[in-house]
Amino acid sequence: MDNTDELKFQDFEEVSNLLSFDPNAPTVAVSDSLASLSGEEDVKLDLNEDEEGLENSKLLGETPTGGFWTFDYYQSFFNVETAQVMDRLKGSVMPIPGRNFVKYYLRNKPDLYGPFWICVTLVFSVAISGNLSTFLSQFGDQTYHYRPQFHRVTIAAIVIFMYASLVPLCAWGFLTWRRGPEGHMRCYTFLETVCVYGYSLFIFIPTSLLWIIPLEWLRWLLILVSTVVSGSVLVFTFLPVVRDHTKVTAATTLLTILVLHSLLAIGCKMYFFHTAVHMATPATTTLPMMTTQVTQAH
Amino acid sequence: MAEADGSSRAFLGLSDVSISEDIPVEGDISMPPTSSSQDDGFSTLDEPVKDTVLRDLKAVGNKFVHVLYPKKSKALLRDWDLWGPLLLCVTLALLLQGGSVDSKDDGGPQFAEVFVIIWFGSLIITLNSKLLGGTISFFQSLCVLGYCIMPLTVAMVVCRIVLLGGSGTVSFVVRLVVVCASFGWSTFASTAFLADSQPQNRKALVVYPVFLFYFVIGWMILTFAPAQ
Repeated sequence: MDNTDELKFQDFEEVSNLLSFDPNAPTVAVSDSLASLSGEEDVKLDLNEDEEGLENSKLLGETPTGGFWTFDYYQSFFNVETAQVMDRLKGSVMPIPGRNFVKYYLRNKPDLYGPFWICVTLVFSVAISGNLSTFLSQFGDQTYHYRPQFHRVTIAAIVIFMYASLVPLCAWGFLTWRRGPEGHMRCYTFLETVCVYGYSLFIFIPTSLLWIIPLEWLRWLLILVSTVVSGSVLVFTFLPVVRDHTKVTAATTLLTILVLHSLLAIGCKMYFFHTAVHMATPATTTLPMMTTQVTQAH
Repeated sequence: MAEADGSSRAFLGLSDVSISEDIPVEGDISMPPTSSSQDDGFSTLDEPVKDTVLRDLKAVGNKFVHVLYPKKSKALLRDWDLWGPLLLCVTLALLLQGGSVDSKDDGGPQFAEVFVIIWFGSLIITLNSKLLGGTISFFQSLCVLGYCIMPLTVAMVVCRIVLLGGSGTVSFVVRLVVVCASFGWSTFASTAFLADSQPQNRKALVVYPVFLFYFVIGWMILTFAPAQ
C-alpha cells in the first residue's frame, strides 16, 4: 500500500514539531491505521473523517468542548495525570538550553492544575515562612509576644495571583501583537503562557522555605539562584518566539520578563522577611526599638 | 342457522348470570380525599419534635464515629449532610477567638476568616476533584471534608486546655505533637473516602490539595497564642 508510510508509528517529538510548523497538516489517527489493516480502507476512512478531525483537535489540544459557561470547558484544562505534572515540575527546575518548556513538556496540552496549586502553595509557604522567620529572629527577646500575622496570607495571595495572571496576559498580548509577518513559529496561546509562568514559580516554594534560615548572604544567594533558574526557563521558552523580531525588541522583551520576575522575588523577600535587616546587632537595648519598628512597618 | 344455534348454546349458561347477586362487587369509585402514603417517604409532621431532632443527631453522631475509625464504608457518602461540618466549623472558629487581640493587625484569624477558609477551601478542593474527573458528587465531597475536620477540632480543644497551664516550650512540644497527629489523622480519614473516586493515575493530584488544606488549618491551630 502506498500509504503505509503515513500509517507507521511516528516519534511524538517529530509530530509535535511538524504540527508547530504547520498546524493544518493532516494527521492520521490510530483508528485509521487499524481500519486500513482490515482492508476496507476506503469506506472506513470516510467514516472516520469525523474522528480524524477530533484527533486533530486533540493533538492540537486547544479546542475545549462547549462554551465557557459549561463545566466541560474547564474540565479540559485539568486533563493531566500525576506523572505529567511531576514531569513538568522537574522541567521547571532544570532549564536546559534549547529545551523549550512549552514544546517539550506541555506538548499542546497545557493545564491549569499546576499553575493554580503552585500559586496557592507559594502563598501559604511565603506567609508561613515569613511568620516563622520573624519568630526565630526574636526568639531570645522576652518582651516579644508571638503574633500569627494572618493578614500576610491575604497580601501574599493578592500579589502572587495577580502576578501569575496579569504578567502572562501582558506578555501574551505583546507577543501576539508584535508577531512578525513571516513568523514560522506560532505564538503561544494565553493558556500556555499562564502555564509556563505558573510552573516557573515552583522553584520559589523551596526557596521560601529555605529563607527561614537567618543568614543574610544565604538569602540573597537563594534569590539569585532561584531567579536565574526560573528566569532561564522563561527565557528559553520565549526565545524562539522573539527571534523573529529585531534584536532590540527581543532583548528588551526578555529583559523585561527577567526584571519582573526578580522584582517579585525581591519584593517577597523584602516584605515577608524584612526582619533580616535588623538581625545583625545582638544588643538588647536596640531590640525593643526594632520590635516597635517592625510592628509599625505593618 | 345451526352455527348460530350452536354459538348461542355455548353462551347459554351466561344468560342467567346476575351480576348484582352472584358476583359481589363492592368498593368506592370516587378518589379518596387524603392519599395515604404507603411509600417510604414517611411524614415527619406527625411525630414529636424530639424524634425528628434525635434522628438527625444520631445520623450526625454516626458519621463522627465513621471518621474516628475510617473504614472504607459508604455511610458517609450515601447519606451526606452538612450539619456536622457546620457544627465543627463554628466550634473551631469560636475556639480560635480570644487570641492575642491587643493588636488587631497582627492577631490571629478572625471568625469570618476561619469560616471562609474552611468553606472556601472545601469548595475549591471539591471543584478540583470534580474537574479531575472524580465520581463523587459535590455535596458528598463537602460532607467528607467537613466531617474530617473533627480530629483537628479535638486537637484545638486539647491545645486550649494545655495552654491553660502555661505557654512554655513543653506546652509547645505537646501541642505540636497533638496537632501533627490529628492533622495526619484528618488527611488519612478524608483520603480513605476521596481517593477511591479517582482513577489510579490521578490519586496524588487529588490528595495533595486535601493535605494542604488540613496543613493550613493545623497551622492556624498550632499558632494560636492566648491573650496575656
